[in-house]
Amino acid sequence: MNIRLNDIELTLPTGQRLTELLAAQEIAPQGVAVALNGAVLPRSRWPETRLNDGDEIHLFTAIAGG
Amino acid sequence: MCSDEVSLRDEEYLRYGRQLMLAEIGEEGQARLKAKSVLIVGLGGLGSPLALYLAGAGVGTLWLADGDVVDSSNLPRQILFDGEGLRRSKAELARERLAAHNPHVELIAINQRLDAHSLPAFVAEVDLVIDCCDNLASRHAINAACVGQGKPWISAAAVGWQGQLMVRSAPEHPCYACLYTADTEIKESCQSSGVTGPLVGVMGSLQALEALKLLLGRPSPVAGTLRRFDALAHEWQTLRLPADPDCPVCGSHKDDQ
Repeated sequence: MNIRLNDIELTLPTGQRLTELLAAQEIAPQGVAVALNGAVLPRSRWPETRLNDGDEIHLFTAIAGG
Repeated sequence: MCSDEVSLRDEEYLRYGRQLMLAEIGEEGQARLKAKSVLIVGLGGLGSPLALYLAGAGVGTLWLADGDVVDSSNLPRQILFDGEGLRRSKAELARERLAAHNPHVELIAINQRLDAHSLPAFVAEVDLVIDCCDNLASRHAINAACVGQGKPWISAAAVGWQGQLMVRSAPEHPCYACLYTADTEIKESCQSSGVTGPLVGVMGSLQALEALKLLLGRPSPVAGTLRRFDALAHEWQTLRLPADPDCPVCGSHKDDQ
């Protein structure tokens, strides 16, 4: 299946979990937020979330400056 | 007659003439602004333009909280301050500067870094809280105090070329902890990664814009979303931000934990 991660197309095994994608991309989960198809996905939902063909994922870092 | 039983003086009709012309403000809205009070937590790059715009607009009472003193590295973006204020309290300087800007506004300087212990008493005094601080712990403390008291709240952040904005004005809206959990790690700060002055100016000005809407009794279209601004690409992203039922701060299961 194909997904887009921060506007870059990736081919993943069907049914891959979000947490597996983060691990494969070597992204430390504590420093990022995830939006799936335009909606922020609460961290409590990450472990159960499986990705689907065509999914749009945006990862962005938490910022607190001001 | 206005609902808040606050009347405007002649000088205020002249001063606020351009916003009195707006159908969404008018005389009643101006009196409403005059009756409102706002707590601004952090008087840095976000808080500077925010405080200037809210004082300029005639918001009745501003509580100005910051425990820092002015450093020369603040001056490119913290437009409340100039070189004559170096090493002086930001809260005190902000009070002086804003008093000169608009003598019709009541100003209260809080020369301390508010934390989870001290915040609730100040939050209880105001109609709206605006998070302009520079660290995650304070942001979570502001969020928790506002959620606990059902107080509307506007938060913005900026680092490098990236800005974020969110608004919470009703119990069903997501809170800060729905976005970033308490164990979130911040990898970039203004101290470690730098920040562009006009970016914090944009984000602080947007906080002022949404603040005026809430104070006027209007909804903020930002509520329920996260607005992200990539200043380098000049691109905005609007993400839906659902409330997390498992959120330990605002979630429906919070009392189970």
